[in-house]
Amino acid sequence: MGRIVLKGVRKAFGDVEVIPPLDLEIEDGEFVVFVGPSGCGKSTLLRLIAGLEDVSSGDIEIDERNVSTVSPAKRGLAMVFQSYALYPHMSVRKNIAFPLRMSKMDKAEQDKRIAHAASILNLTDYLERRPGQLSGGQRQRVAIGRAIVREPAAFLFDEPLSNLDAALRHGMRVEIGELHKDLATTMIYVTHDQIEAMTMADKIVVLRAGYIEQVGSPLELYHKPRNLFVAGFIGSPTMNLFEGATAAEHGAHTIGVRPEHLVPSKTEGLWKGRVGLSEHLGSDTFLHIHDTGLTETITVRAGGDIDLHHNDTVYLTPEADKIHRFDAQGLRIA
Amino acid sequence: MARAITTQKKVMWTALAWAFGLAIFFPILWTFLTSFKTEATAIADPPVWFLFDWTTENYTAVQERSNYPKALMNSIIIAVGSTLLGILIAVPAAWAMAFVPGRRTKDVLLWMLSTKMLPAVGVLYPLVLLAKWLGVMDSRILLVVVLMLINLPIIVWMLYTYFREIPGEILEAARMDGASLSSEILYVLTPMAVPGIASTILLNIILAWNEAFWTILLTTVNAAPLTAFIASFSAPEGLFYAKLSAASMLAIAPILVMGWFSQKQLVRGLTFGAVK
Amino acid sequence: MATAHSKSAARIMIAPAVFVLLVWMLIPLLMTLYFSFADYRPLRGTFDAWIGFDNYVRFLTSSSFMSALITTLWMVAGILSITIIGGVLLALLLDQPMYGQGFVRILVIAPFFVMPTVSALVWKNMFFNVDNGLFSYLFKGLGFQPYDFLSQSPLLSIIVIVAWQWLPFATLILLTAVQSLDSEQLEAAEMDGAPALSRFRFIILPHLSRAITVVILIQTIFLLSIFAEIFVTTNGAFGTRTLTYLVYQRVLESQNVGLGSAGGIIAVILANVIAIFLMRIVGKNLDN
Repeated sequence: MGRIVLKGVRKAFGDVEVIPPLDLEIEDGEFVVFVGPSGCGKSTLLRLIAGLEDVSSGDIEIDERNVSTVSPAKRGLAMVFQSYALYPHMSVRKNIAFPLRMSKMDKAEQDKRIAHAASILNLTDYLERRPGQLSGGQRQRVAIGRAIVREPAAFLFDEPLSNLDAALRHGMRVEIGELHKDLATTMIYVTHDQIEAMTMADKIVVLRAGYIEQVGSPLELYHKPRNLFVAGFIGSPTMNLFEGATAAEHGAHTIGVRPEHLVPSKTEGLWKGRVGLSEHLGSDTFLHIHDTGLTETITVRAGGDIDLHHNDTVYLTPEADKIHRFDAQGLRIA
Repeated sequence: MARAITTQKKVMWTALAWAFGLAIFFPILWTFLTSFKTEATAIADPPVWFLFDWTTENYTAVQERSNYPKALMNSIIIAVGSTLLGILIAVPAAWAMAFVPGRRTKDVLLWMLSTKMLPAVGVLYPLVLLAKWLGVMDSRILLVVVLMLINLPIIVWMLYTYFREIPGEILEAARMDGASLSSEILYVLTPMAVPGIASTILLNIILAWNEAFWTILLTTVNAAPLTAFIASFSAPEGLFYAKLSAASMLAIAPILVMGWFSQKQLVRGLTFGAVK
Repeated sequence: MATAHSKSAARIMIAPAVFVLLVWMLIPLLMTLYFSFADYRPLRGTFDAWIGFDNYVRFLTSSSFMSALITTLWMVAGILSITIIGGVLLALLLDQPMYGQGFVRILVIAPFFVMPTVSALVWKNMFFNVDNGLFSYLFKGLGFQPYDFLSQSPLLSIIVIVAWQWLPFATLILLTAVQSLDSEQLEAAEMDGAPALSRFRFIILPHLSRAITVVILIQTIFLLSIFAEIFVTTNGAFGTRTLTYLVYQRVLESQNVGLGSAGGIIAVILANVIAIFLMRIVGKNLDN
C-alpha cells in the first residue's frame, strides 16, 4: 500500500518560505510527477516526503499513519537519487543488499530478492562489479535495484535521468514506466522535463515557487491548462500566446494556440506571415513564422511533407475549438 | 591532444626530461653512491662513479655509533606519535565541519590555517621556558605535542577536503535505506573516508620526520631525532664523507619511499586545497 | 539534515582542535608580547617588566636588523625566482609526451622529501667544499680555480640548497595546474594562428597565474622561517643571518629575551601581512 497525503505541509529555511502550506493526495499505485522550473520547490517537497528534511508545519500521512516526525528509515519509502548515490566501496550486490542488511533480513531471502531485482534490471552479470566500473545507465539501474528490493510503500525519484544522455534517457524512461506497471507501487517522480512528466505520469503536479499551479492527468493539463504558466510549461513546442486586439476578439486578455492547432496554407487564411525557418523532422515540420503583426514569432507544427521554405509567404488559421482563453490575471476562462 | 606525435619528437622530449630529472636527483644519487665507498674513494680525485669496491662498512659504522638507533627511534616515535595524536583530534573536527557546516565553519578553518603561518621564532622563548617549567625539555612527549600542534592545521584541512568530497546524497541514501547513525558511520562513511585519512597520515609523517626547527632547538640528547643527529655531523673535514652519506641515506630512505607514494596528496595537503 | 541536535554535536567535535590551537597560539604569543616590552636577560639576572617600546626601537634601529631584513629579502626573492621559473619550465617539460614520465616525476620530486639538515650537509661537504667538493673537481677539470662557495658566496650557496629542496614543490603544483588546462583551448589558439610562444604567453601563463600565486605565498611563509640550512652551513655568519636567525641568536644564544621577543613580534607581523593574501585566495576557493 502507498497512499500518501500531505496536509498543510509547509517548509521554511530560516525566514525564507520555500513551500507555503500545501495539500496533496497521492493514491496507492499512482505514478505522480512533480514538475516545474528549477527552484520551484519540487525537490524540497520530495525530500519532505522522504523525511530528509523536517516539515516546518503540517502533516504527512502514509497509509493513514502520520509520519511527519518519523525518521526516513522508518517511513517505508525508497529513493533514487539524481547522482545515484551508490556506495562506491561496495559491489553492486552489496549495494542492492544494503537496505536488506540494515533491516536484518535473513540471508536466503536477501539473495532471492537480489536475484529477482537483478534479473528484472538486467544486472545479473554485473553483480560483483563496483559502481565505478559501470556506465551511467547501469548505475541508474543499480540505484533502482536498491530501491526495489525493499518492496517499499512508494518509490521516490529525484530527477533520476538528468545525468544520462538523450538516447539512454529515453530508454530508462520506458523501463521505469514498465517497472511501474509491473510493480503497481506508488511512484513520486521529480523532474524539470515536461516530456518526462507527460509520458510517464498518471498525475502531474505543476509547481511554481512552492505553489501548486495545477494537478491533473497529462491530457487534462494539455487540454485545459488552468493558467498561463501551465499553458506555457506543458507542451512542446510551447503554446503561441497573443494579446491585444486578437485576444479581445475572443473576449480574453490573452489567447493561446498550440503549434499543432494552427493550419498553414500558401493561399489563404486568417493571419499572413513569412516563413523564417522551417525545420523538417520527417514526421513533422516546425515552421517559425515572422511578420504577422501579432507577435514576434509564431511556431506551427505542420505535416512532414509540407512544401514551405525560408521567406515563403504563409497564411495561418487557428482551429476554432482549440483556442485557450485567459483573463488579465492569467487564469483560464472556461 | 588527439594528434599523432612523432617518435622523433617524443625521443627528444624524453632525453631532455631525463637529463633534467637526473640532474635534480643527482645529489641524492651521489650520496647513495658515496655511502658505499671507503672514505678514501669518497674524496678521490678525480671522483669515482660506479666502478669501485662497494662496501657496506659505513652503514655498519653508523649503526654502531651509540646514538644512531636512539635517534631513529626518536624520529619514528615523534613523527608517528604526533601524526596519530593530530589525527585523533582532527578527524572529529574535520568531520563536523564537512558534514554539518555552520555559518562560521569557513572562519574557523581559515583561523586554524593562520596559526600555521605563525613564525616559529615568535614563540621560541616562551616554549623553551614552558618546557623547562614543566620539566619536559628534551623529551619525546614535548616534541610529539609541538609537532602535532604545528601540523594540526594541515591535518584538519586535508581531512576536510577529503570528507567534503564524500557526497551528501550517499549519506541520505544510507538513511533512506534504513541505516542507523552507527551503521551509517560504520558501513558507509568510514570505508569512504579511510583512503583520505591514510594519505593524510602519510603526508604528515613525512612533514614531522623532516621538521628541523623545533626538533633541533628543543632537544639535546635524549629526544634528539635524526634531524638533530645529522646536524651533529656538521663539523669535521676530510675523511668522513662516506659515513655522512650512509647516515644521510638511512635518514631519508624510508621517507623518500613514503614520499613517492604520496606525491598526489602532497599538492592537496600543502596548498590547503587551493590547487588540486 | 542539519538539525539543532547535530549542530551541537558538531560543536563538541570541533572543540578540542580549536582549544589546543587557541592555547598553542595565544599563550606563547602573549608571553612573547609581554617579554618584548621587558628588559629580560636571564644570564645576567636582569628583569625589568616594563621598558616600553625600547626593545622595538633598539631592534628596528640596529644595523643587524636592516642587514637581516635585506638578507631575508634576497634569500626569499632568490629562491622564489629559481623555483618559480624553473618550476614552470619543468612543469611544461614534464607535460610533454615522453617515455618513463612517471619515473622522471619521481626523480624530480625526491629532493622535497630530503630532510633539511641532510640536504644542507650533503651540499656543503660533497658539492661546495673547496678541497673535496664535486664543484671543485668540475672547476679544476674545466681549468678554473676552485671556488669556496660557502665563504665567498654564502648567501648564493644557501639559496641554491633551499631552491633545490623547493623546486620539486613548485614543479609538482604547477604541473598539476598545467595538466588541468583544457587542451581544446590550446588547439583553438593554434587555429587562431598563435605561435608556441604566444600560446605560452596568452593562454598557459594566465592559466597558471593562480597556481603561481599560491606557490609564491606558501613558499614565502615557509622560507621566512628557514633555519636548519643556515644552522648547519654558516651558522648565520658571512651575511646569511636572516630575520629568523637573528631572533634565534638574540633569544637563545645571547639570551637577550626582551630584544629577541620584540624581533619575534616583528617577524609575526611581517608573516601575517603575507598570510592575509594567502588566506584570501584559499578562502575564495572554499566557496566553490
